[in-house]
Amino acid sequence: MLRLRILFMLAWRNLWRNKRRTLIMLAAIGIGVWAMIFMTALTQGMVDKMVRDGITALPGEVQVHNPDYLDDPTVANLLPTADSELQRRFGAAGFNQWATRLRVPAVISSERESRGVTLLGIDPARERQLGFVDYARVQGRFLYNAEDDAIVIGRALAATLETGIGKRVVIMSQDPQNNIADRGFRVVGLFRADLESLEKTFVFTGKKTLQSLLKVGNHVSEIAVTGNEYRNVDPLYDKVRRLVDEQVVVSRWTELNPYLGSMLKVMDGFVLVWVIVIFLALSFGLVNTLVMAVFERVREIGLMLALGMKPSNILGQIMIESMFLLIFGLLIGNLLAVASIAPLRGGIDVSVVAKGMAMMGSAPVLYPLLRIQDVLLANAVVLILGLLASLSPAWRAARYEPIKALRKVD
Amino acid sequence: MTAVRCVELCKTYRQGEQDIKALDHLSVDIAAGEFVCLSAPSGGGKTTLLNAIGGLEEPDSGEVWIAGKRIDTLGKGALANLRLQQIGFVFQAYNLIPVLSARENVEFVMQLQGIAAAERHEKSTALLQQVGLAGLEDRRPAQMSGGQQQRVAVARAVVSGPALVLADEPTANLDSKTAEGLIDLFTDLNNIYATTFVIATHDPRVMAQVPRLIKMLDGRIVDDIDQRAS
Repeated sequence: MLRLRILFMLAWRNLWRNKRRTLIMLAAIGIGVWAMIFMTALTQGMVDKMVRDGITALPGEVQVHNPDYLDDPTVANLLPTADSELQRRFGAAGFNQWATRLRVPAVISSERESRGVTLLGIDPARERQLGFVDYARVQGRFLYNAEDDAIVIGRALAATLETGIGKRVVIMSQDPQNNIADRGFRVVGLFRADLESLEKTFVFTGKKTLQSLLKVGNHVSEIAVTGNEYRNVDPLYDKVRRLVDEQVVVSRWTELNPYLGSMLKVMDGFVLVWVIVIFLALSFGLVNTLVMAVFERVREIGLMLALGMKPSNILGQIMIESMFLLIFGLLIGNLLAVASIAPLRGGIDVSVVAKGMAMMGSAPVLYPLLRIQDVLLANAVVLILGLLASLSPAWRAARYEPIKALRKVD
Repeated sequence: MTAVRCVELCKTYRQGEQDIKALDHLSVDIAAGEFVCLSAPSGGGKTTLLNAIGGLEEPDSGEVWIAGKRIDTLGKGALANLRLQQIGFVFQAYNLIPVLSARENVEFVMQLQGIAAAERHEKSTALLQQVGLAGLEDRRPAQMSGGQQQRVAVARAVVSGPALVLADEPTANLDSKTAEGLIDLFTDLNNIYATTFVIATHDPRVMAQVPRLIKMLDGRIVDDIDQRAS
């Protein structure tokens, strides 16, 4: 304990022998750590938004379908269990965010244009919990209930169709007997989404209205369930799996959208690579600082060895010095990161590159995401690898022959 | 009791194309409590002998015994421990750790030995007073003169009560008055604590005052004088 105390004292005082060098090194570590955390927060924020938008477009972190629906998402491949029974089971299971839907391909026509869309028959009360639509950004009104026979389309689709609120459009799809099912709907609302592609793809009407149009009785094509953590959907998946019949398919969002799933893994890997690349740049400065610090103190180290200090204590002293540098550098970096990310919580407007972002499936506003595990990763990488990098100069110092080191005096 | 025994010590350095014998089959015994001066011209081997006795220099051949224990066969860790527990060092220059105050330098060895703070403080205060540095305890080496620094080094060398103190040219950088004061201090400490002192020097002021003078040349002892008799 006493030895440890003097090692800490020597390390601390030696650290401040060359104040300018120490301050420069602290600034370098601090800025490096800040860059690690800040860039990671931006990257994670972008990925998080992409994934959330992706899940919103599905939507549902876990979904249940007829086994043939994923290859042929038509009215012919509905869930075998009646909607009322599904409602009973999922309602009793205690899920907070779930809905059953009828989702079919359709063609929407105005008096000027026609477009292929995904038509969703929904229960707005349940979808509201899933966050499918940002209701605050609906122009006009959204659907009242599952019996509502009006239609809500995206703002971009309305522009394409040259239609608008109050106008009538015709929806055409197929019933299970492959007969054309069509009818006119009045547009009552235009929804907005961060991604224009969502506005052009989805069209909403009441679930019961669509069931009636398609003559499918009390059946739906999918069940969507959302939890609180999209990175860990296995518990949710297991719970859903237990509730449904064996012949239906239960899918995680990563399986329904493999691009997003792999993107999440790639970005996690990218963050690690990014952190390590910055560390490598930092480590040169750190090792150089320690090498210089050791080189300047050769005689002193020789003296301490001659007086009876063990080589392991010399090694410990240099490592403690490195630890001080790293800890203070990390502290500065973390404070800088928090100070620079906090004001950006409202998002960073990147609308100048909105089209490029949209191609990547990302919205034109970036919300930095400061995750504790990313901060811990950056800190752990810098501290652990920093100490490992310091071993070389510390080891060299510990191996000095005391008399040779002392002779440097002459 | 024998404090130091060297038997047939040999050490050769290579300097360019030339081999220089720093120790040439040198044997010597120094009794506990003796005050010995090793005298030789530059390159005569006195520093090499001192370093070999202190376990800082490994001889090519021969044996070194300290307090009845052979040390030339010990490993680095054991030698460090021997120096820490039994030997006090005073070097010619660069004696002190620059980031520590006079008191902390004096307490350094005791701290490595694990001596409690109160005891360290008591001993360092007494020793610094004895070497005439009372009031300068908190000064860093850079704030002290060469003589004051040497006295701090002497205090550090004897404060933990080592059996043996080795001093290499301790007066080389000191004015005559300070040098005399330092030798008086050595003598006092030798008398008070019965510590064995081995001093390497070619300073005639020091040689004149010590009880035993060993003269060396080319790594061999050429004369071993008991000055008390003369």
